[in-house]
Amino acid sequence: MMRRLFPRPELSGILWGLWLLLVNSVSFGQILLGAFWAWLIPFYTHSFWPGVMSLRKPWLGLKFLGVVMVDILIANAIVARLVLSNSERLQPAFMLMPLDVKEDFTITLLASTISLTPGTVSADLTADRRHLLIHSLHVDDIEQTIAQMKQRYEAPLKEMFEC
Amino acid sequence: MELFVEIVVSICLLGGAAFALVGSIGLARLPDFYMRLHGPAKASTLGVGGMVIGSTIFFSTRGNGLSLHEILVVVFLFITAPISAHIVAKAALHLQLPTVARTRRPENKS
Amino acid sequence: MLNVVIPIAFFMISAALLLNLWRLLIGPSLPDRILALDTMYINAIALLVLYGIYQQGEFYFEAALLIAVMGFVGTVVLSKYLLRGDIIE
Repeated sequence: MMRRLFPRPELSGILWGLWLLLVNSVSFGQILLGAFWAWLIPFYTHSFWPGVMSLRKPWLGLKFLGVVMVDILIANAIVARLVLSNSERLQPAFMLMPLDVKEDFTITLLASTISLTPGTVSADLTADRRHLLIHSLHVDDIEQTIAQMKQRYEAPLKEMFEC
Repeated sequence: MELFVEIVVSICLLGGAAFALVGSIGLARLPDFYMRLHGPAKASTLGVGGMVIGSTIFFSTRGNGLSLHEILVVVFLFITAPISAHIVAKAALHLQLPTVARTRRPENKS
Repeated sequence: MLNVVIPIAFFMISAALLLNLWRLLIGPSLPDRILALDTMYINAIALLVLYGIYQQGEFYFEAALLIAVMGFVGTVVLSKYLLRGDIIE
């Protein structure tokens, strides 16, 4: 019964939080209205959504978020230095990263994380969904960079969502 | 307003503006399209992030209670920036834009 | 202190916008121009947030949010057009 009324509890929670942020108030009326939207929107749209993904280990998610935040800050300092240095000395490269994760949602998260962190942008997914094409602004050792990304971002994502 | 708060807000604003400027310098001076992609995709996003954190602190310490709604702009940008970078890169690959000659490529990829 | 910092930040963001405009004009390819537009709207959001602090008005945030949404949709649509020669398949 609860499952039918609230087909996606996580989505409901996020919507509720978003509504309260958007109106920038926590008065009783807004909390009630937010709760109403948080019920209505998932209830009427859940049939449009692709398969359910649920976060299995929330504390691991928080740790991952922390790691990514710190990496974004470091990445930006590095990119800033590279951009301002002599661009003739940069060694750009395309690299193919083999994927262990299979689900659409996890691949999307991984690609977004890679785009936001050190000098790398995910450019394309191969047709068989097994490799991600990544462009890097400056890389010395391609193998090592890929291994590092797999260990730092892919392994926690895999553990969180796919096990 | 207290001096300490003012200093923190100033650091956030200057840091944000500096990152936005660096991202745009990257866009203007790097030699090929794929390298230019890196500046805006990260630095500009963080630039807005810094600005918004400064703005949140500024409005929250003026005595009208906590003001967190600016955070929404940053959350939205952090979700969409990688997606727009990805799709623009995909379009560039589709059009086979030239890269600088020293770009290394994997062998089995056309 | 803020009345010194804000004009400096205004100046930096404006310089960034001018650099974007320069890239938008010289191209050389279409994705370059799309990227320049994309960066321009992100910098415009930064400028609006800064203006909100300068004017101490809270409603500039809504304009910033709208630019964020519209700019993202615009970038995706333009890239999609380059990819497929069509927007709605």
